Amino acid sequence: MSGFARRLAGIPWREIAGDAFSRVFLVAQAFCAVHVVNAHVCSFALVRGASMLPAMNLAGDVVAVDRLSARYGRVAPGDAVLLISPEDPHKAVVKRVVGMAGDAVTYLVDPGNSDASKTVVVPQGHVWVQGDNIYASRDSRQFGPVPYGLITGKIFCRVWPLKDFGPIDSKE
Amino acid sequence: MGTRNHLWLIAKRTLAWYLVGFTISDRYATVISVTGDSMHPTFTAASSSLRGDVVLAERSCLEKYQFSHGDVVVFKCPSDYRELFVKRLIALPGEWMHLPGSPDMIKIPEGHCWVEGDNAARSWDSRSFGPIPLGLIKGRVTHLIWPPSKIGRVDTKMPGNRISPV
Repeated sequence: MSGFARRLAGIPWREIAGDAFSRVFLVAQAFCAVHVVNAHVCSFALVRGASMLPAMNLAGDVVAVDRLSARYGRVAPGDAVLLISPEDPHKAVVKRVVGMAGDAVTYLVDPGNSDASKTVVVPQGHVWVQGDNIYASRDSRQFGPVPYGLITGKIFCRVWPLKDFGPIDSKE
Repeated sequence: MGTRNHLWLIAKRTLAWYLVGFTISDRYATVISVTGDSMHPTFTAASSSLRGDVVLAERSCLEKYQFSHGDVVVFKCPSDYRELFVKRLIALPGEWMHLPGSPDMIKIPEGHCWVEGDNAARSWDSRSFGPIPLGLIKGRVTHLIWPPSKIGRVDTKMPGNRISPV
């Protein structure tokens, strides 16, 4: 028994603990670096649904999202943006910015059925967002202008499918 | 060569801790200083000190967006995304609420909430800009950590008879 105790005491516990700590810290550091880049610099998002046809496919494109421009206010009309849905905070949606604060936006109220149009002025600190496919998109035409604070990133590049790899251009 | 290695090591350590701190502040809890008198008496009035109170805001509530009536929340101002406001949450999505000082009732739209400052006379809040999307909320204030005389939990309290039980 005393031999066992001596063997236990002989194990370099201190070094093992130090080593374990430095390894755990390294993993934590990697995790943190990924989080910071993902949340503040650039990340990827999967886009599904019909609202952004034809710029983005129905089946699901992976796009690269630039987080910096949104944070520093460099979002302009025509940019495709990722934003938190004002109707459900769990959902992120992709739409195109049509008007910034102070712009007058004219839109078709019910594009499939009538020619009626409406003009609104976007209030301060808000943006007007619309899907490219106006027949199948739930956007500012239904829920009104959205606060700029809901925009989490600007979409600048399609990553997947690979054959369509390339920048997503800004268009009016 | 020795000093250069040393500097390099210090830079590496600083960066590592900076990343860790940034992540914690983003995902778990952050420290915010509150100025202005819209939340008086819960937080200090602007006249009594220049810096205002420092509070601890937790972020884990953002995973599910679960809030309760009377929580103090931090959110981005709907008309200026660079500004953070601290106000009390009065009504949650889908509820019927009495407008303050009038017999009217309004229904909070889905995904929105109603926020008001504790100091009704000096607060710019949902009474001016209407219900705000929940997505603007960036955290829930749980503790006051500065000045030392006021250290403690920030309690949830709710002005009575505002929410209709319908």
